Amino acid sequence: MLPAAAAPALDAMTSTGGFLLVLSIVVPVTGVLLAFILGDQYERLVACAIVPFGLAIAAAIVVALPQGNGPVVYVLGAWPPPLGIALRADGLSAVMLAATAVVICAVAAFAAADFSITETRVSFTFWILLLAIWGALNTIFLGGDLFTLYVALELLTFAAVPLVCLDGRGETLRAAIRYLLFALLGSVLYLLGTTLLYGLYGTLDIVLLGRRIDTQPAAVVAAALMTTGLLAKTALVPLHLWLPPAHAGAPAAASAILSGLVVKGSFFIIVRLWFNVMPGLPGFIATQLLAGLGGVAIVLGSVVALRQERLKLLIAYSTLAQIGYLFLMFPLAFGASGRLESSGALAGGLLQAISHATAKAAMFLAAGSIYATLGQDRILGLGGVGRILPISVLAFALSGLALMGLPPGGAYLAKELLLQAAAEKEQWWWAVVLQAGGVFTGAYVVLVLAHALTAAKEPITPDSSAPRIRELATLALALCSLMLGLVPWEAYLSIPNGVPSDKFGIGALFKMLLPLLGGTGVAILLAPSKLPSWRRSGWNELMPVISSVRRGSLASSAIVEAGDKFLRQWPIACISVLTLAALFGVSMLGAH
Amino acid sequence: MSIATVFEVVLATVVLGFGFWTTAVRKTYSAAVGFVAYGLLVALIWVRLDAVDVALTEAAISGGLGGVLLLGAAARLRDSETTAAEAPGNLTRACAAVLSVLIAAALAGAVWLLPEHAPTLAPRIVANAWATSLANPVTNVLMAFRAMDTMLEKVVLLLAIIGVWSLAPDTAWGGRPGPCHRADPNGVLAFLARLLPPVGIVVGIYVFWTGADHPGGAFQGGAILASMWLLAIMAGLADTPATSRRWLRCILIAGPGLFLAVGLGGLWFGSAFLAYPAAYAKPLILGIEVAMILTIAATLGLLLAGAPERSVK
Repeated sequence: MLPAAAAPALDAMTSTGGFLLVLSIVVPVTGVLLAFILGDQYERLVACAIVPFGLAIAAAIVVALPQGNGPVVYVLGAWPPPLGIALRADGLSAVMLAATAVVICAVAAFAAADFSITETRVSFTFWILLLAIWGALNTIFLGGDLFTLYVALELLTFAAVPLVCLDGRGETLRAAIRYLLFALLGSVLYLLGTTLLYGLYGTLDIVLLGRRIDTQPAAVVAAALMTTGLLAKTALVPLHLWLPPAHAGAPAAASAILSGLVVKGSFFIIVRLWFNVMPGLPGFIATQLLAGLGGVAIVLGSVVALRQERLKLLIAYSTLAQIGYLFLMFPLAFGASGRLESSGALAGGLLQAISHATAKAAMFLAAGSIYATLGQDRILGLGGVGRILPISVLAFALSGLALMGLPPGGAYLAKELLLQAAAEKEQWWWAVVLQAGGVFTGAYVVLVLAHALTAAKEPITPDSSAPRIRELATLALALCSLMLGLVPWEAYLSIPNGVPSDKFGIGALFKMLLPLLGGTGVAILLAPSKLPSWRRSGWNELMPVISSVRRGSLASSAIVEAGDKFLRQWPIACISVLTLAALFGVSMLGAH
Repeated sequence: MSIATVFEVVLATVVLGFGFWTTAVRKTYSAAVGFVAYGLLVALIWVRLDAVDVALTEAAISGGLGGVLLLGAAARLRDSETTAAEAPGNLTRACAAVLSVLIAAALAGAVWLLPEHAPTLAPRIVANAWATSLANPVTNVLMAFRAMDTMLEKVVLLLAIIGVWSLAPDTAWGGRPGPCHRADPNGVLAFLARLLPPVGIVVGIYVFWTGADHPGGAFQGGAILASMWLLAIMAGLADTPATSRRWLRCILIAGPGLFLAVGLGGLWFGSAFLAYPAAYAKPLILGIEVAMILTIAATLGLLLAGAPERSVK
């Protein structure tokens, strides 16, 4: 059914193994339909039957990709773009597909043994939406057309929002409606930009658009709107009003998916947009602006995380900080040609995204086990939990260490690649931010562990014992995050200078000391709840000095928390959306 | 100035007026009314732009079903409305206004700068219509060239239903959505609910059927059918079905399910996923659309009916 025109280019022809791309979308969607019709009894069974299939398909794509030349392509309906739609899997998609499949598997194993997901309504909703999120994310990673990506975003939003209010309490309903409204605002901005681009270039295919796009003002307007809309969905500060309550209020398995995977969907579209559709459009200032917001997110998210009283809220704020970390790669991938290049920085950013996906999902699952056992998750009340739930606390510690950048974790590799790029581009200020990000991560991980590893003040009577499979799923996920650095990424991501080889040496461990010691220091200074071991330490002569410094830093962190509260008001968040759109527009216009 | 131009200018002014009114008015209910009127008039603009398919959808969704939803929500909120207490300060308002004007101006500028002869795929769509033997280009795009998007959009509708149902109290799970409506059996509503549906159903099916070659299609037809169903429910002539009913669930997935099955048939036997063999393209597409109109009508009706409230007894 090919049109009579000239022979289509390679990226508009179905390649061998292309049907795998279709299957990776169709299989979860089929699961959704089947579970819906068989539901109320069998939805868990359907989901658990689909999960291994999906994992196998993702693995097959990962294996198939390096064997061909270039991306794996599938032309839907045999209508090549621009008339039809193509699915394309390049290295970025393969990496994200694999990480998503692993996280979904672990969360499904956890949730299958979760007693809080046994009520018919909760079970029906959770399992169907888990599959729907998987299908949506795979569509985002593979979609070769900006409108298909929009449909996938809608799928993702509509699957994610009900997960927030699964337990039906008033506050989670409020969090869900906040999330829904803000996410729809983001969708509208993205769609507006998409229509403008179609009006300008007559195609929405990413490859074709990448060839046709120029720097005319209308394209800049489209780019600014789309970027802002996607940032609102990704919850980059200052557009984060919906994230903390939504991620902290959902059941543990749902939080793990929301925090680990869902925000990566819109992040991935930003990467596609900036690197594949319009690498030459943003210009230097816009990339600096984006990473600047990331830097603010790291500071604000981490400082507010340290001030939280509840473990799940702490993890949710840590997600805010980690989202900021993801955006540091943009200026570092900005080449001398004035275009964004797929370089080591991009590889680092992607690696950071998947290590955060695995580690953060593991953290939320561990927090879920702790909550289920203690019946509460106040950080001050965590004493003794290390005895009752050693595996969960170990999983939390390992994922925390992985996020801090313990070799051979994915985050370690990511940090090395980003630092390398910062040195190459002579943008030392981002190196500072990168290190600070690691230190802040160290701070809240140390804070939680210090409390979890102390002895209980009074004997704990566990509400329920956590099934072993739940704890093991959590631990497996944490170990995944820690082992990511051992995967041969060169086959999928462009890493020009090679992967840093020193993963186990003294030097690598020494690099670990900075986030660990610095983090402990920051935790001592900024956490309103004192570290438990602090009280009986022998540094009595230092106490007055540290206490006065601590008072000062606590006051400043209270200001940051007030700033966070201010930014999370509806009118302010909406003004932030408009301001960001304007800033991106102006900075991109200024670049040309 | 010709009559047509005068009409356009008046229409544009009135639409802008309604837009302003909807934004500026304090009462949620008035804003909802303004928005419904706005949606209906925007549909007229689409007609003037020769985009009749879009006009039909706009009228059905934003003017019709969306309007019912908004007005219902506004009526529920009327008691708890605390506009005065939460009104943002003047500085916030000023900032928002300035920024909105700026963004609107940028958008207007972008639209103004669009090329005189916009690059378009329309000729290519018309040239390839032979593949489906359907004359309506919009249907061809939705069902053939961009079938994947349409199929996934139907899954979005299903997710919306799941989202609404998930708000049910655990005791009412699987029960009937919404309150039990009782209207005066001799009243106006019951009279209309007996009079309109026969006509409405015929119109809905016609709009769907004619969509193969002329403006119309499953979505618009489904919206009309849904409104007829809702009319009967509100008049107390019919009750919402219990959400645990297997037949209801079958209807709700019929559209995407059949679409997916045909798509996989193309992957297995034909040239590609979602490719139709040229000889059977029209019957296959019409079959999918029949399933879709049922799914859409049921979905839209149930979305408006809300979460299950009454447990099955």
